[in-house]
Amino acid sequence: MTVDVNKTDGPADPTPPAGPEAIKAIPVRHPWRYVSAVIALALLGAVVYAFAQGEINWGAIPDYFFDDRIIDGVLKTLLLTVLSMVIGIAGGVLLAVMRLSKNPVTSSIAWFYIWFFRGTPVLVQLFVWFNLGLVFEYINLGPIYKDYWSSFMTPLLTALLGLGLNEAAYMAEICRAGLLSVDEGQTEASHALGMSHTKTLRRIVIPQAMRVIVPPTGNEVINMLKTTSLVSAVQFFDLFKEAQDIGQNAGSTVEMYFLAAAWYLIMTSVLSVGQYYIERYYARGSSRTLPDTPFQKIKANMLSLTNRPAAGGGA
Amino acid sequence: MTAMVKAEGVHKSFGPVEVLKGIDLEVNTGEVFCLIGPSGSGKSTFLRCINHLEKINAGRLYVDGELVGYRQKGDKLYEMKDSEVAVKRRDIGMVFQRFNLFPHMTALENIIEAPVQVKGVSKAQARERAGQLLERVGLADKAGTYPSQLSGGQQQRVAIARALAMDPKLMLFDEPTSALDPELVGDVLDVMRDLAESGMTMIVVTHEMGFAREVGDSLVFMDGGVVVESGHPRDVLTDPQHERTKSFLSKVL
Ligand SMILES: Nc1ncnc2c1ncn2[C@@H]1O[C@H](COP(=O)(O)OP(=O)(O)OP(=O)(O)O)[C@@H](O)[C@H]1O
Ligand SMILES: [Mg+2]
Repeated sequence: MTVDVNKTDGPADPTPPAGPEAIKAIPVRHPWRYVSAVIALALLGAVVYAFAQGEINWGAIPDYFFDDRIIDGVLKTLLLTVLSMVIGIAGGVLLAVMRLSKNPVTSSIAWFYIWFFRGTPVLVQLFVWFNLGLVFEYINLGPIYKDYWSSFMTPLLTALLGLGLNEAAYMAEICRAGLLSVDEGQTEASHALGMSHTKTLRRIVIPQAMRVIVPPTGNEVINMLKTTSLVSAVQFFDLFKEAQDIGQNAGSTVEMYFLAAAWYLIMTSVLSVGQYYIERYYARGSSRTLPDTPFQKIKANMLSLTNRPAAGGGA
Repeated sequence: MTAMVKAEGVHKSFGPVEVLKGIDLEVNTGEVFCLIGPSGSGKSTFLRCINHLEKINAGRLYVDGELVGYRQKGDKLYEMKDSEVAVKRRDIGMVFQRFNLFPHMTALENIIEAPVQVKGVSKAQARERAGQLLERVGLADKAGTYPSQLSGGQQQRVAIARALAMDPKLMLFDEPTSALDPELVGDVLDVMRDLAESGMTMIVVTHEMGFAREVGDSLVFMDGGVVVESGHPRDVLTDPQHERTKSFLSKVL
């Protein structure tokens, strides 16, 4: 409820009375913030020193950082992450809807799928896809396509199936939680307006479920980006595989691991920022003010560290 | 006068619990029909049966002369498909106690959603109509506002506009003012009164006895899943015949 400060009752006063004097108090001191900052910096310095002393040829990292093979690996890693997540999200939504459906057949199928793919390691699944040629010698799609399994199942396809289908099982649980989080009154209101099940799901339930689905999905994307490093095992030349190969040929194995780690860090950092903006988008209408952007947050943190109140009075 | 809604021995159970134990009533076209009764007496359940959000177990329920949720061929009943039920629901507007506006859409988007998605009305046309409806409920300036930024009374008025956008021939109100602060109730009742004057057939579950007496054409008192007493609101409210009606009214009036 708002209080009208400038209420003028009684005889009209030509000049409104001046408000109370602004508070000028000495802010609370936070000495431990400085102490902990100093300790953290000291520890960091010690670690950096230790690594700098070690027998690591740091010069090799900048030499190879933008090497064609590394860049190619980075792009392949990104491609694999995106495609696997697309398969995972599409499959996950489908499985979640199946799991929640009234039809006992579809919900059991979904349950079984999730049980199987969540219950086995993704590396094992990758090898199984890779070696499925032992079970199916040919792949035969009638007149459209016919080939040996081994030449059909390229490393890319193996990687996509292995990572994507496994991801779908995890995404299914995330989506299910999201769908269940939407108030039943929403479905009811939508049905009462004459909207079909599908329209209700697509227009009303899923957009609201996104608020619950997006944050863990962001984690899944970041996780996926790192998990793609497993596909070197099925001969897919992603960032990790390229770095490993260069390292072995140039005799700088550890250096190339550091290089790969740096690239992974860069990519996950960029993804985190993207996630933030997507979350902000789906938060619309759910709260009265949108959350701060990362830059606003950083600014606010800096200001609070220097003990000044954050700009905009956000407290 | 023709009956917009006709219930004959309507029964509804949830598992072993029988909630409606044979409801008989008739709602005439153009009438404001008030439904009162203690909590748990089955008022909401009956309302939800009318647009087939709940399936009845026995009896017959007709809206505008047609069976709800079933098709009769000879002496056999066939269950309607979901898509057929959805078509029937277009003509029945419903307003909920907790508004149930779509929170991810602005007031205007809430109103145009069903006309555009269900009836295939063009967006421009739907927008224009939504503007008129918002004006009618006194919220012309709130078109671009999200529900979370509206007061309860404003939300409920948007919800009424949303239901009206489908041009229903029947409006169901389930305690539309029960979740509102007392000072916001009046605005919503004003909109409903205006709607009643325009000739809309309305079934209103309410605890607002003043509204029932003033606007209602018929009133039914339900208790324990049966209709205990019915008649003109003035008569039932001022001179109840049954003990249960008397004791209920003495508590709420
Ligand atoms: N989906 C359901 N499953 C099981 N029981 C239900 C369900 N919906 C309603 N009931 C039961 O049916 C009875 C009647 O409920 P209903 O909501 O119709 O009452 P009401 O008259 O609208 O009450 P109120 O004034 O509190 O809204 C209650 O005892 C309730 O517990
Ligand atoms: Mg109720």
